[in-house]
Amino acid sequence: MELTRRKVLALGTGTLAFAGFPALARLADGVIADITGGAELREGGISLSAPEIAENGNTVPVRVDAPGAVAITLLADGNPVPNVATFRFGPMSASRGASTRIRLAKTQNVLALAEMEDGSFRMTKAEVKVTIGGCGG
Amino acid sequence: MISGRFLIVLAIAAAGAATAQDDNVLVVEGAQLVTETRAPAHIEHVGTIYSGWRFRSGETQVLQTDDFENPAMIFVDQAMDLWDKVDGEAGKACASCHENVAQFAGLRTRLPRVKNGELVTMENLINACRTGRMKAVPWKWSEGKMTAMTALIGLQSRGMPINVAIDGPAASFWEKGREIYYTPVGQLQMACANCHEDNYGLMIRADHLSQGQSNGFPTYRLKNAKLNSIHGRFRGCMKNIRAIPYKEGSDEFKALELYLASRGQGLSVETPSVRN
Amino acid sequence: MASGVKPRVKVPKKASAGAAVTIKTLISHKMESGQRKDDQGKAIPRSIINRFTADFNGQNVIDVALEPAISTNPYFEFEAVVPESGEFTFTWYDDDGDIYSTARKIEVS
Repeated sequence: MELTRRKVLALGTGTLAFAGFPALARLADGVIADITGGAELREGGISLSAPEIAENGNTVPVRVDAPGAVAITLLADGNPVPNVATFRFGPMSASRGASTRIRLAKTQNVLALAEMEDGSFRMTKAEVKVTIGGCGG
Repeated sequence: MISGRFLIVLAIAAAGAATAQDDNVLVVEGAQLVTETRAPAHIEHVGTIYSGWRFRSGETQVLQTDDFENPAMIFVDQAMDLWDKVDGEAGKACASCHENVAQFAGLRTRLPRVKNGELVTMENLINACRTGRMKAVPWKWSEGKMTAMTALIGLQSRGMPINVAIDGPAASFWEKGREIYYTPVGQLQMACANCHEDNYGLMIRADHLSQGQSNGFPTYRLKNAKLNSIHGRFRGCMKNIRAIPYKEGSDEFKALELYLASRGQGLSVETPSVRN
Repeated sequence: MASGVKPRVKVPKKASAGAAVTIKTLISHKMESGQRKDDQGKAIPRSIINRFTADFNGQNVIDVALEPAISTNPYFEFEAVVPESGEFTFTWYDDDGDIYSTARKIEVS
């Protein structure tokens, strides 16, 4: 069995220009464009923690953090509806992060998109493999 | 029998080899539970018994370590409300007769047990109170209120070792349960033992086969996001092997529940556990 | 869904002024996604909690928009700052118009 079940993605601030993102599902693309208004997506400063393999797609724990964010949106690019949740942080928030449990219909990317205080947008993703169980399925 | 084993081997081959248990230690709310111990003498083919918790992924395991992370506790809370709620023509609640649910510490470890010549489970005891003392409508075996109440009462024994009686008046029920455990049934001609004794620790498709221990029931399954009774799980297993399931609360399932509990003698009660 | 909805929250009873405290919330709700069909093949209508808010002494900590991809029995964990003693209020908004709320006091020294 793999020793590291939880993959933490904390990307550096390099400018990979998100080579992976143009290949995303179209639905998620549309939602991202709606949120950003077409502004540039930058890497870094946002981390998303999700299991590499979910034992059941009905309940997948995820944690997202983006210091300096005013809002973070979670998207699942393989779900019938890509939106998962949007967290808006108020003045009494101590961290710009949150954990929740989400539904994933199949193996796919979970995307986290942060709107920062300076108006810029940051994004990261994590692939979660959703297995078809045996009897547990 | 042969065909059943053959199918399992195919499934395992497809999923690839996997190692058995990890060496995680289950600590719930600061107390360490026994998830691995020497098999009791009456179990023939297994040397060590393991809680189903040991077969789950880290993400699922952690949900059981903290009573807030454990979603089953929602239903335990609901059962605490039910405990005080008057129901039935006698105008009584559980609390009318039982001062405190904590008095049931240890009960879960000894069930099912023989009472007046009959094998009784937690569900039987609860419904006997409902119909006898409360003059209330009995709950269905696996309905939400019943699984919530069996979780609340079972929780009082968390950390205590399973310790069912299998001799004396229980012996004939135990023998019957044992027979069911080893008898191939259904279109796939499989017995409980084919998966949970012969192949635990291996993968069935993408699922890690456990020993089918019952010490965590009722269990919150991520699959259906609710508490699941032991008999409900038996039904699921039987459907999976394309057999016609016995009824929940049937003599067959009660006998199997006793036999299965005896295979887990010494494991801690984990009620309510979290599984996939 | 008005019946049987039960919120649970975990807030420390005490903290030091200006500290960050971790808050966990859980509520019983089936979160019917609107994507499922019943035995007759008819779509089961969506019925979810669509918004959750946490406030401290009237000021917002977090405001979450939930979609059907949030699991049954929605769970959230987040952090709040507590400059002084006060009360957290937690509110869940159901598609059917119901609102569930609960509050917890915290002593700050």
